[in-house]
Amino acid sequence: MFEILFFSFLSVVLIVSSFLVITRVNPISSALYLVIVFLALAGLYGMLSAGFIAAIQILVYAGGILVLIIFVIMIMNLTMQDLLPLKTDYLLLISLSLVILGGSLIPIVLAFSNFFHLRTKEISDGFGSIKEVASILFTKFIFPFEMLSILLLTAIIGALVIAKRKL
Amino acid sequence: MDPITFEVINIVIVALLAWGIPLQFIPLMIWLERKGAAIIQDRIGPIRANIGGIRLFGFLHNIADVIKLLFKEDVIPNHVYRFYYFLAPFWSMTIALIPLMLVPFAAPITIGENVFRFQVATYQSGILLLFAITGLGVYGIILAAWSSNNKYSLLGGLRSSAQMISYELGMGLSIVAILMTYQDVQIQNIVEAQSGFLKVFGITFPLPNWGMFLQPIAFITFVVAAFAETNRTPFDLAEGEAEIVAGYHTEYSSFKFALFFMAEYANMVVASIVIATLFLGGYQVPFFTTEELRANPQYTLTAMLVLGILTFLILGFLVYKRAKYISVHFPEPLGKKEYFFISYALFVLAILFVILIPVVLNLEYNDLASQIIVAVFQLTMILAKASIFLWLYVHVRWTLPRFRYDQLMNMGWKLMLPISLLNVIITGIVIAL
Repeated sequence: MFEILFFSFLSVVLIVSSFLVITRVNPISSALYLVIVFLALAGLYGMLSAGFIAAIQILVYAGGILVLIIFVIMIMNLTMQDLLPLKTDYLLLISLSLVILGGSLIPIVLAFSNFFHLRTKEISDGFGSIKEVASILFTKFIFPFEMLSILLLTAIIGALVIAKRKL
Repeated sequence: MDPITFEVINIVIVALLAWGIPLQFIPLMIWLERKGAAIIQDRIGPIRANIGGIRLFGFLHNIADVIKLLFKEDVIPNHVYRFYYFLAPFWSMTIALIPLMLVPFAAPITIGENVFRFQVATYQSGILLLFAITGLGVYGIILAAWSSNNKYSLLGGLRSSAQMISYELGMGLSIVAILMTYQDVQIQNIVEAQSGFLKVFGITFPLPNWGMFLQPIAFITFVVAAFAETNRTPFDLAEGEAEIVAGYHTEYSSFKFALFFMAEYANMVVASIVIATLFLGGYQVPFFTTEELRANPQYTLTAMLVLGILTFLILGFLVYKRAKYISVHFPEPLGKKEYFFISYALFVLAILFVILIPVVLNLEYNDLASQIIVAVFQLTMILAKASIFLWLYVHVRWTLPRFRYDQLMNMGWKLMLPISLLNVIITGIVIAL
């Protein structure tokens, strides 16, 4: 009962604010609705007993990346005259979303039919805690993890080269 | 009582406590700020506001301030983005009050079959969520700066938000070292691990088992980062009056300005309590574990009374000295009567506590009473530890000058970050040994 209420509330908030993200004219409004989307998403992660992922979602996305996006928008110094031609075409938006929704329904229907044999498994006790995530990440998936760190290092060096001009 | 009802009642009580603490500390902090500035600069400080000659060392200035801010005209400029302009102060204050929901204020006590926790939420990644929530506080500043729609607000907001983001890195890495030391993410377990005596490699030192002795470098970096996060001097670039008018709250007047002001102080209280929790053993009484305290309730109460006596004697002595000093300089309605009365009242309280000690030693305590006594003692302990840092905030503000912006960024990125990283590496090596 309690879970159902909570899940419905978070889902409604997430869907409504996602819709508002793509329909707002003002980019700052869009970014702030995106913050709400990330908070609701973190709540859903928490309901799936993935507490570590929920905390990281808020910490990295809401606390870090969105702040940088808002920085960029603020520095661009957009006035309302620049934003007027960006009015949403609702007919196009709704038709496109219906097409995409229809396409995305196919795998969901297939999943509930016996097309894939769904294998369920009981989760362990500490599921989603930082210990479990780390033990999987640093044993089974250590190679992709290291590759990701090299990729991030490359991105940092690239950003530095662009920013500095003369090293 | 069935468990779910008990849980709800528990959460409501502790949430009100965790909410009330920063809100009650705000007027105290404003008073301490002014009085501390006066003491450091060899002035008398605020004493003029009075109700019928009663001044309470300038406490009544807070009431005067609140009345002034409430009755001022609330000017809303025409060029602001109204919704975000209104949202920003409320966002700041809300985010400032949430993080204490994750901090334990005392050891859990058992009432019958139920466990009463002095912590609203025992989250499985507690400490990470705490910093995630405090990281959202930057939106209040950004929104206020952008929605005010003027140059000076925007400059101040950009400065202070860039500063907050930069110092979050040093803060996070010093936390990583703490997590490596205690091998745990949950705040209540970190506090539990800090009881008793300090033991390093099997040698017992005559020191309390606190994080600041196990992780001195992390302690220093964390305190510096906390100063930067709360936008206090020497990092209060947001309010650089010489360069920009007043930073992100230039366009705010009346009570919305008061909300920003209160949010700053609430952030300071929260930061102090978090530092005390992570590095000063939180609610743990130095040298004693919770079980030892619960086994001897009469000695615990005696210790509380002795500490109370010492506090009253010191305060009474200070007030007595101040009374003699003030009686020379001020005429009678603002004169010595009140100060002498307060100092004698403090001395009388101290004598009362002395009389109470033999009474306390001979009483009988049942299990629940001893647990409640220990809980009260631990609650006063964490507030006392936080008060040390609150005084440090005031002291640093009137001691150090403000950084220049490039110095601030250099310190954040070229000093704090490498030191914290080195600290993590050293911690890893020591743990591996």
